[in-house]
Formats: sequence, C-alpha cells, structure tokens
Amino acid sequence: MRKGTRNFFVIAIVTVLAIAGVIAFLMPGYLPVVPGVVAADPTTQTINKGEYLARAGDCVACHSAPGGKQFAGGRPMPTPFGNLYAPNITPDDETGIGQWTADDFYRMMHKGVSRDGTLLYPAMPFAAYTKVTREDSDAIYAYLMSVPPVNQKNRPHELRFPFNQRDLLIGWRTLYFKEGEYVADTTKSTQWNRGAYLVEGLGHCAMCHTAINRLGGSKTSQEFEGGMIPNQNWYAPSLTSNREAGLGNWSIKDITDLLQAGVSHRATVYGPMAEVVYNSLQYLNDADVEAMAVYLKDLPKRDSEAPPTSSARLVSPNVMELGRKIYAKQCFMCHGDEGKGYPPSYPPIAGNQSITMSSPVNSIRMVLNGGYAPGTKKNPKPHGMPPFSHILDDEEVAAVVTYIRVAWENSGTPVTPAQVSTLRTIIPE
Amino acid sequence: MTTSTQVADCALQAVRSLAVAGLLLSADIVSAQDAAIAAFKTVDSMEARVQGCATCHGQRGQGTSDEYFPRLAGKPAAYLYNQLLAFREGKRVYPPMNYLVAYLPDAYLKDIAEHFAKERPAFQAKQQTTADASVITRGATLATSGDPNKQVPPCITCHGPGLTGMEPGIPGLVGLRASYIVAQLTRWRTGNRQAARPDCMKRIADRLSDADVHAVASWLATQDPPADASPAKANLSRMPLSCGSQM
Repeated sequence: MRKGTRNFFVIAIVTVLAIAGVIAFLMPGYLPVVPGVVAADPTTQTINKGEYLARAGDCVACHSAPGGKQFAGGRPMPTPFGNLYAPNITPDDETGIGQWTADDFYRMMHKGVSRDGTLLYPAMPFAAYTKVTREDSDAIYAYLMSVPPVNQKNRPHELRFPFNQRDLLIGWRTLYFKEGEYVADTTKSTQWNRGAYLVEGLGHCAMCHTAINRLGGSKTSQEFEGGMIPNQNWYAPSLTSNREAGLGNWSIKDITDLLQAGVSHRATVYGPMAEVVYNSLQYLNDADVEAMAVYLKDLPKRDSEAPPTSSARLVSPNVMELGRKIYAKQCFMCHGDEGKGYPPSYPPIAGNQSITMSSPVNSIRMVLNGGYAPGTKKNPKPHGMPPFSHILDDEEVAAVVTYIRVAWENSGTPVTPAQVSTLRTIIPE
Repeated sequence: MTTSTQVADCALQAVRSLAVAGLLLSADIVSAQDAAIAAFKTVDSMEARVQGCATCHGQRGQGTSDEYFPRLAGKPAAYLYNQLLAFREGKRVYPPMNYLVAYLPDAYLKDIAEHFAKERPAFQAKQQTTADASVITRGATLATSGDPNKQVPPCITCHGPGLTGMEPGIPGLVGLRASYIVAQLTRWRTGNRQAARPDCMKRIADRLSDADVHAVASWLATQDPPADASPAKANLSRMPLSCGSQM
C-alpha cells in the first residue's frame, strides 16, 4: 500500500515533467534573437526612404511654423512681393493633402501645379524639385501620408497687386522654369551624379545661392554665383568663386564636415545655412554628403566680378588702428592673435572666404548679432559668438570688420559705418 | 606750505589705503566692464561654449553693467531651461535671444541651463535707487508681506526668503536690476511673456498697478544677496497660487 502510493507519486511526477517538457518543446516562445538588422517590410522601407528624402528636401523648415505642429504649415515667408504662408502638408482630408494621390503629388513636385490645377508660387522650389525621380516623389508622398494629420486651415497669402494674380505665373514659368527629371552626366562618376541630383534637386541650394532678380527668378547662367537672400538680409555666397564659398581648394573632409556637422577646419555655418544644416543636412548619410561635396567641389570656377583693386582695398591708418584695438579686446580670446581661431570650435578668420568675399553683410551681422553654429548629431554642443550691437557703435563695428577683412593678407575691402547702420535694425533689441 | 603738503600727502595716503582696502574687499567682484568680455580656460569646455552669452550676461552669468540684461548664475536649472526652450520656440519674444538659440537641441539647452545654475560668481554692486522712501516702503511691503486687499501674495513666499528663487522653476530675483524687473512684469501684464499654465505670475502681475510694479522693482533691486545664493528647496511651503512651473 505504502509502496503503491510512492510508485503512484513517482509516476505522477515523471508524467507531469514529461508533459511539461513536451509543451516547452512544442510552444513557439520568443523568436530567436538574430544579430544584425532585420529587413523591414516594403511599406516600412518606402516610408523610411521618404522620410529621409523629405529631410534632404528640408520640407519641414517652411511647412512648420515655429513652435507649431510639424508639416501643418502657417510659417510666414516674407518676400519682396508680400508675405506667403506655407500650406498644411499633413494628410488631413479637409485642410491638408489627405485627398491627394501619388499622381497629384508628383505633378506638384514636377510641374509646380497644385491638385486643383492652380499654379504654385516659386517660393515652393519646384524649379529644383522637378529633377526628383517619380520613385523618390512617391516615397516622400508615402511618408507624408504616414505623419499625423493636423486640422489647420491654410492662411491666405498676402501678396500685393499685381503679384497676387496667379495667372502672371505663366509668364514667370516661361522665363525661369525648365521642367524635367535629373539626367545623369555620363562623363561623370556615379557619386558625382548622386551629388548633383541632391544639390540641384531636393537640396534646392540654388534657391539661395543664385541671385534673385526683380521678378523673383534666378538665371541658370548665374547658377550658384551667390546673391542676397530677399528679406532675410543674409548674403548667400557664390559656390563657384574661390573668393567666396567656392570649394575648389577645400578638402572633401572639410566640405562634408561643414555640411553635416555645421563646423569644419575652414569655416562654420551660420544664419540661414545653420537652419539648413539643423533641419536637413545633418540627417543625410555619409555617402550622400560626400557625393554632394564631390559635386560642389567640381562646380566650374566662375567669378561674376573681378577681384578688388588695390585702391579699393586702401584703409585709413586710424580705422585700422581702431579695428586692431577692438579686435585685441573683444575678438582675440576666441579667434586668436593671427585670426587663426581654434577650429573647428572657433572658426579661423584669416583666409576665411566668408570674411573676405565682396559682400560684407554676413561679417557685419555676425559682429552685431553673434550666432551659434547649429547643434547637430556630429557636433551636438556647438560654440557660439556673442552679439556686440549693444557694445560697439557703427564706427567701431565698421573698423573691426574692416580690420578682419584686410589683416593677415585677407583680400577684402573696407566697410563703412553707414553699411553697419542699415543692418543694425534687422534684429531689434 | 610744508604743513599743507603734509596734510595733503596724508589725505592722499588715507585715500590710497581706503582704495586698497576696497580692492581687497571686492577682489572677487569682477568689474562690470570685464564681465562682458569673453574669457575661458580651455576651448573644449562648457565654460567656453557659453561665451556666446558673455557680452550680455557676463562670462559666468553674473550679469554686466548693462542693467537690462539679467543675472543667470544660480537660478534653478529647470527655470533657465524653460526660458531657453521658450526663446527657441518663439513663445518668449526677444529677437536677439530667439535668433541665438534657434538651432540648438534640447539636450544642449539643458546643459547650458545646468551650467549657469551651478555657477556662483560674485554679485554685481547693487543698484543705487532714486526712488522716494515712500515708494521703497511700498515695494518692501509688497515683497515681504504682499497686499491682502489686492490678493497679492508676498514675493518671498515663492521666490524664497533670500529672494534666490525656488527649485525647480522659480527664478531668483536678487541681483536683478529695476528696469529688467519692470520690463518683465509689464510683459506679463500685456501677455507678451507667459509661464507654464496655470500662469501664477500672470495673475499676480495683473493685480499690480504701474506704481506697484515700479515700487516692488525699486525695492528688489536694492537688496543684498544672502551668503548662500542657492535657490530654496522645492515646495517646502505650500504655494499661495497654483503655478505650472512648479508641477
């Protein structure tokens, strides 16, 4: 009896363990962890790609208001013709682009025509986006359809007559718009062509780095030759002139650092370019940024104007001495006694094209308003320059900017207190 | 002749020794002019990174001779961080600041806030006031006892007994100058400056008259800092009004 009971328990325990073992063997449990990246499904891949390309196109910068919802529009864009307000591009059916098809979206990117057939104002860079491939346009479309819809009505533009007449855009388009996807230059490398595709297409670099004429158009013959950015009062330097931001004698590493990190051993980005790096370029992968650098470095060298004559570079000794004194007191700590700086933290001033280029606007503004390089993945804690507008008067700013433009074999020209005065009111205190 | 020269010499010597004593006393008070000039020891440091703030707020956040710009040093980190975020998002409007921090990520703004919160530089010499004694008295009453008739609680209840602020979100007031305080209270009244909701400061500012604002600012600007300028601990006492920045 006792023995029988013991046997029963032994058999019961063995049976339970056996069943547990079989169950443990049969149950699926967790998927085994496989090291490495698991391939995403096609939808995820397309949306990921679209997000990346939307970054490359910097859609967010214009289509989001400061402190507002992403892509919900409403950011005012001051132009010489009045204020434009970027529209809502979230997939809201009523106020956004929720009812757009991929075909509608491609037509907008490629031809600058809205879903209902209205012509877009060229503040939307369709003259550049026309180069984007159908496949890439579809990916961006898929991404935008996947973001949270925001119900926010578009704010009507506030353009003066006659610029509020959209029919006039037909004339503008005839003059300045050439439709067509990017065509590879077969004499150049794949990398060069990828760079060209990004710079000329989604990057829409020419929007700022080509002078804008009175009709708000850019001449392709002067592409990348630089110009004042309307209503922002920053000068976008020429990308083709080695006296400006031409990159002919830069190393590829310095170019990629500048574009991706916002700082390099040659220069630092600031103003509107800091915004581009912050919102767009820092998110591009190394291969794409290098491709852009290769293309930019290879842009043909063109100078729209001759170098300054020696008489244009004459500076009165008094101004030079005042500039030198201010430099020693206010600038020396970060930019060093020879203007060499401490790159990439503090940019060099000696031999820096941004200082010596023909337009002194950016140098004057940096002295007046200061500025921080953008905080990026590769440079999350940038150094910055304080404003001096409340410490230096027009004459002193003119003197110190003149000094840094001509000292240490810099090839710039002097600036006047009047030039400083007009830039002083841009950022009111 | 000789005597008068001796007297003069003697007087000069006395003045000199007084000046030397003054120098010794104020040895660690950086002169206002110097505070506005960037200075740091090593390039790769937070100290160097925040020199973009120096010309207005001083190298160490001590403030400068320009009385509009506030002292930052020792204010609670969460308060400073909230302000930096508000400047970046355009919720607090001051174009020079909005421009400077526009492209700085959250984590870095937090580092900057924490850097200045830890700093304890000497205070600038306190402001001499030209306000009448009666104005100062009214200011002192508002700051230390409040005005029950207007339902205005005393400043010290929230901004700390030493006016050094309270963790995590209430700024110190000691070391601020009258013109800055008047400007901020005025901005609150007009809605130009806002704090996290419920915005207790807005409710108080709305209850103050122009004369009250002038009086309390004049009194606050003439107060000596306590030996320990650290903010009071969070919510040691119950707040008379509900404040979003303390939640």
